Amino acid sequence: MERLTFDLAAQPLRELNTFLHTGAKEGKVGHVSVLNPDGAHNIAVGLDCPIEVEVVGHAGYYAGGMNKTATVTITGSAGTGVAENMMSGKVHVKGFASNGAGASAHGGLLVIEGDAGLRCGISLKGGNIVVGGSVGSFSAFMAQAGRMVICGNAGDALGDSLYEAVLYVKGSVKSLGADAQYEPMTDEDIAAVASLLDQAGLDHDPKAFRRIASKRSLYHWNADANQEY
Amino acid sequence: MCGIVGLLVKTPALREQLGALMVPMLIGMTERGPDSAGLAVFGTPLAENERKISLYSGLTDDGADFNWLGLTHELKGHLGVTAAVEPKGNHAILSFDIAPTVVKRWIKEHHPKLHILSTGRSIDLYKDIGTPASVAARYGFDKLTGSHLVGHTRMATESAVTPDRAHPFTAGEDFCLVHNGSLSNPNGIRRMLEPRGITFETDNDTEAACRFLEWRLREGDDLETALQKGFEELDGFFTFLMGTPDKLALIRDPFACKPAVVAETDDYVAIASEFRSLAHLPGIKHANVFEPAPEEMYVWNA
Repeated sequence: MERLTFDLAAQPLRELNTFLHTGAKEGKVGHVSVLNPDGAHNIAVGLDCPIEVEVVGHAGYYAGGMNKTATVTITGSAGTGVAENMMSGKVHVKGFASNGAGASAHGGLLVIEGDAGLRCGISLKGGNIVVGGSVGSFSAFMAQAGRMVICGNAGDALGDSLYEAVLYVKGSVKSLGADAQYEPMTDEDIAAVASLLDQAGLDHDPKAFRRIASKRSLYHWNADANQEY
Repeated sequence: MCGIVGLLVKTPALREQLGALMVPMLIGMTERGPDSAGLAVFGTPLAENERKISLYSGLTDDGADFNWLGLTHELKGHLGVTAAVEPKGNHAILSFDIAPTVVKRWIKEHHPKLHILSTGRSIDLYKDIGTPASVAARYGFDKLTGSHLVGHTRMATESAVTPDRAHPFTAGEDFCLVHNGSLSNPNGIRRMLEPRGITFETDNDTEAACRFLEWRLREGDDLETALQKGFEELDGFFTFLMGTPDKLALIRDPFACKPAVVAETDDYVAIASEFRSLAHLPGIKHANVFEPAPEEMYVWNA
């Protein structure tokens, strides 16, 4: 397989994304390096073939967004909305990620080795997210399906209004959101955490995690709740 | 949307390059704020008894042809004060050695359309409408020197696109603030401050935050205490970057709705709304790059 390099200091971003959307699908190029990303937005968005893309440096907003089957690695940090609406494949951030990482991802795996900002995994729809560091407030808000493994701590209102997504946290949780609750870890949970940590290349004891899932008390309208959740 | 940039140099040799390092930072934030731009630069303070004010003549009938030298002659005739003037088109820095309130009152009486941008011993302030690149070229931002600066590119949402509503805002002496976001209670803050004798120059929400924090500092709060009161009183979305003669301070609202990235090396601390404004800085590849947390105070000393 061939390797290609795009230097965004010399080439426009559109050249890179056009190649990834067209030429890359011919299957001759297996690996693309992106140099000098310098915080540009929309790097390697909407990929739809099993190519490997390595972004060497810091990416801007929506890097790897809508990803399908490709593997996107960012050696630096990622801006708002990394891997948002990912369908499949993998997006791996070696540094930290800003707000809304993995928002509404339907599938695939998002790995953030550093910390993630606020609203990580908001409205998650089936993707998996592994965060090596901590996540900010309102993470996994209204998450519907998929799993989130948090190796550090979580901010306020973790898992507020959760549907069927399941969260695993190793560190402290500042507060749980409405309708989220701690549940006992089953063997199945431990195996799921071990597998996700393995895929992420992170070394933690899967037994040290706590499971958080929905109480399902918000699933049906309760006229007597008096807006007190 | 709006863009924020800040730069504080730790290595004295870099003071000469402060403006040159900052211009690409400001231009990098053009997409976030294409309608106006501005910056406040802090340098070596004047003597204890001296003050300088930054003035903007773009709203006067003469605009960039304003007779700045004539202004100093009038000041000599009326107030007996010898003022030095450094004009740059529609902008000038006027320095003198009497109480600034006397000079400012006289300007408001005799040249009511002349806009006073800043007052102090360390601060010079520039702001105008136009793209960041054109505003930077208009005032020669690349030649500016000093220890630290606070800059802004504006995409107006809460008030009109006019030079006086561009950022930075100032209040009192040697204090300025830039804002990315929108406040939901600026009128409440105004109603609280106005009976205390604090007057507002625009209907802009950021001005309320600026005057609130400067009022707290004047009441004796240190910067950290004033910022804590800001968290308690100011409601809405904000990333605020503030400058004083010896400090640069940054805070973000509890929801971190507006972005900020910091890059720190042995030579400088640089702040921007997005990394793309930091990418050109020397040694950036080895800088400590991080995202400031919501509801935390970040204060760097010049």
